Amino acid sequence: MNALLHQMFSGLASGGIYASVALALVMIYQATHLVNFAQGELAMFSTYISWSLMQAGLPYWGAFFITVAAAFVIGVLIERVIVQPVENAPILSVVIVFIGLLVILNSLAGWIFSYTIKPFPSPFPERPLFGNSYVSSHELGSIGITLIVLALVFVFFRFTPLGLAMRAAAQNPASSRLVGIRVGWMLALGWGLAAAIGAIAGIMVAPAVFLEPNMMAGILLYAFAGALLGGIDSPGGAVLGGFIVGVLENVVGAILGTDIRLTVALVLIIGVLVVRPSGLFGKVRVTRV
Amino acid sequence: MKWSPNRCAARVAGWVAVALSVVVAPALAQRKYGPGASDTEIKLGQTMPYSGPASAYGTIGKLEQAYFRMVNDSGGINGRKINLISLDDGYSPPKAVEQVRKLVEQDEVLALFQTLGTPSNSAIHKYVNAKKVPHLLLATGATKWADPKNFPWTLGFNLSYQAEGVIYAKYLLKEKPNAKVAILYQNDDYGKDLLKGVKDGLGAKGAGMIIAEATYEVTDPTVDSQILTLQASGADTFIDITTPKFAAQAIRKAYDSGWKPLHIVNNVGASVGSVLAPAGLDKSVGLLTLQYYKDPNDPQWKDDPAMLEWRAFMGRYYREGDPKDASNVYAYLAAQTMVQILKQCGNDLTRENVMKQAANIKNLKLPLLLTGMSLNTSPTDFALVKQGQLARFTGTQWQGFGEVISTSD
Amino acid sequence: MAIACALPFVLSNYRVFQLTLALVYAIALLGLNMLTGYNGQISLGHGAFYATGAYVAAILMDRFGVPYWLTVPAAGAVCLLAGFLFGLPALRLEGLYLALATYALGVAMPQILKYRHIEGWTGGAQGIVIAKPEAPAWSGLSQDQWLYFVVLLCALGMFAIGWNLLRGRMGRAMVAIRDQPIAAEAMGVNTAMVKSMTFGVSAMFTGVSGALGAIVVQFVAPDSFSILLSISLVVGIVIGGLASIQGAIYGALFIQFVPNLADQISKAAPWAIYGVFLIAFMYVMPTGVAGLVRLVCVRLGRWRR
Repeated sequence: MNALLHQMFSGLASGGIYASVALALVMIYQATHLVNFAQGELAMFSTYISWSLMQAGLPYWGAFFITVAAAFVIGVLIERVIVQPVENAPILSVVIVFIGLLVILNSLAGWIFSYTIKPFPSPFPERPLFGNSYVSSHELGSIGITLIVLALVFVFFRFTPLGLAMRAAAQNPASSRLVGIRVGWMLALGWGLAAAIGAIAGIMVAPAVFLEPNMMAGILLYAFAGALLGGIDSPGGAVLGGFIVGVLENVVGAILGTDIRLTVALVLIIGVLVVRPSGLFGKVRVTRV
Repeated sequence: MKWSPNRCAARVAGWVAVALSVVVAPALAQRKYGPGASDTEIKLGQTMPYSGPASAYGTIGKLEQAYFRMVNDSGGINGRKINLISLDDGYSPPKAVEQVRKLVEQDEVLALFQTLGTPSNSAIHKYVNAKKVPHLLLATGATKWADPKNFPWTLGFNLSYQAEGVIYAKYLLKEKPNAKVAILYQNDDYGKDLLKGVKDGLGAKGAGMIIAEATYEVTDPTVDSQILTLQASGADTFIDITTPKFAAQAIRKAYDSGWKPLHIVNNVGASVGSVLAPAGLDKSVGLLTLQYYKDPNDPQWKDDPAMLEWRAFMGRYYREGDPKDASNVYAYLAAQTMVQILKQCGNDLTRENVMKQAANIKNLKLPLLLTGMSLNTSPTDFALVKQGQLARFTGTQWQGFGEVISTSD
Repeated sequence: MAIACALPFVLSNYRVFQLTLALVYAIALLGLNMLTGYNGQISLGHGAFYATGAYVAAILMDRFGVPYWLTVPAAGAVCLLAGFLFGLPALRLEGLYLALATYALGVAMPQILKYRHIEGWTGGAQGIVIAKPEAPAWSGLSQDQWLYFVVLLCALGMFAIGWNLLRGRMGRAMVAIRDQPIAAEAMGVNTAMVKSMTFGVSAMFTGVSGALGAIVVQFVAPDSFSILLSISLVVGIVIGGLASIQGAIYGALFIQFVPNLADQISKAAPWAIYGVFLIAFMYVMPTGVAGLVRLVCVRLGRWRR
């Protein structure tokens, strides 16, 4: 029982990682109706920026906020410069552009920063809360941060005019323009926000998995799975989905054996999607014929 | 005639063919030279994972290129400059096959040197032996590279994984025969090879000692879950067959979870700079491993002349390399061995002679190997490195203990 | 066509080998294009079917001594079934969700292949080494040349089948489902059947390609079939041109040769160059090479008049 509890908490910890990346994926989707495959690499690259700032002497939180701001700017730039030229292209062509971006970022990171793993500091204390042996302070702290970001995103989309404008721009660009919304800049804003969220995710993840150019590759599948399980158009659902994926992956791996974890994940994903094709909390789209 | 893209593509290909056949000049047809060798040049080839999941090992290829640059700057070998053509295979076997075919058929290298990765080497193993190309000093520890009878053109470098596993097993049988052993291993060739060594070494008697096993893929983000599973089994000994990133995670997670087993970490995951320091030096106290060359982070070698010479090289020729990465010492040793083989060839630079000299290394004491170690091969024994020494981590350095063990018993 | 036949005699064995691989990919791309380009179902996991075909061929050749040319149709049959079976639950999934399910398949495949209970068959992580087929004595060809022609023949056959299929009722049904699924259903197209069949046929093509690929490379191992392969296939069909048969060839040439080209341009960050190529291609020709060719031909036609 004890062991199972350990696995569950460990699952929540990894789930937190998946949830935060899933949130970034959902953000981009809500803003642009596209899934950005390069999200993980953007997050990784931002984390390297943070690392470089700290190497140069900046304190942790200073580097943190500068990095998030920088990531925002980079996200906006990427949308305006790289994505905008192909915005009318078929959807798969845009996917290829994302793949190209992914590969470029990964390769650049390896070239600039080398492939050796680097330890990344955590802002949370070393000692676990109340001395418990189930979950470290860092793990708790990053889950906390993910939830705060989730709350901010929710409030932004639901209660601010800007958030409303963004959602409108993504859902119906033509009508939005008629109402005076500058659709292009809405998309760029969406990218910027997603990049910023991704940067936060990366900074939270790196202490656990060690910073290296390929650190996001393994996480992306689970984050993707979490986002879709929860419903790609629901930030809360995506976060919950991330946690579910994390816990299931750990627990199943412990029970059935670690060498079929991916297979089990595959079966689970397909299973859930067959039963609820729009994800657990996604809106079922009913279209008029 | 309707313009057809197929014709256009074919025409382009045709021109490429013409260009190729002009450019790829056959090697000078002198008696003492095989392909890739001439009065002025020796061409070697290798494939390295410069991209993909194993890209951390790309530094090995880069260092070796830098080393040969240094050798060339001092006049080369017997007056000939070494040209190492190093291609990326992304750790993918089909790509390795393609690149090696390019090296052999297009670049016509004299020999292959330090091709990295068990899967890549498995893919080209039959091919290079069929083509009779010396396949030397492979950068992998799989045991099948020392098989002169069936694969006379392949000669490995690393201490074999299985031999390493056997040494750990024998240590346990002697020092801790009632141990309850948990094993974590990478779910691929290398991991399974080491696992086999451990199991063979424990034999039927010790088979009951293993009470838990767990695997991971290189695509997994962490091994934290596996560590918890192994800890829950109640094991008091942990054999850790992981590559650097996962070794660091394992060491840290075990410590953080309050699990204090006798922790044996394999040589691949034992570098102070790339594994123990990120994991936390204080969390690595008491670790056990097998070593066969000097770790550059080890304070006991601070003033060692060989280490100083290596650092000087790193500073001058390979500035972007990480002086804390033990792979860079490993690569240096491999390059030195290759230079020795080529020197032994003298003016007879045919592939046959290269192979003959590779199988004729006698008592080569490279100073970056541990004290008392030497490299030896013979026509019936293609295992280059056959010795190692167990070492324990004190919190600042790896302390060797016991004698240098020979794996050939 | 004549040039394609003449090439192996002009080029070195190594180049012939590369072209043979390109042909192999072309078959796979045609298969994927059927599913994604013509039928609108996105698959990010076709590498899994390629792997299945490759392993079927390898196991039959290595464990059962089946001659290599028989393994190809066998691989095709197995993958037809596998694809159809996978296509059934996939019926309920749309767009992104299908992409995720297939992505999971692609990622999980190497681990499935390494599963210890089937290790006896698959050779586990070590993989299986296959003997290279010898060219028959009467042909006087080298092994590489012979394999090239074998693959060329298979490619022609597969392309003929594909062309036939896409031109006929099935093809029209596929495109109808992609563009207007509800209207198609209303007009009597058995959407479920067509979609599953398309999955099956697409998998069959990719399986045949995998078998041929295994024979050409002479080695199969789980790590050869990572998610990167699936992604390369998608890159191939988009660059080549969706919903186009010649697109398969352009795409195959791209994914075979451009990485090498990128490697030559920059040793430091070759994949960054590859990424730049991808983005550049999409800017210049968002409908792929085939799309660009079509455009040029149309313009030329107009200019001629």
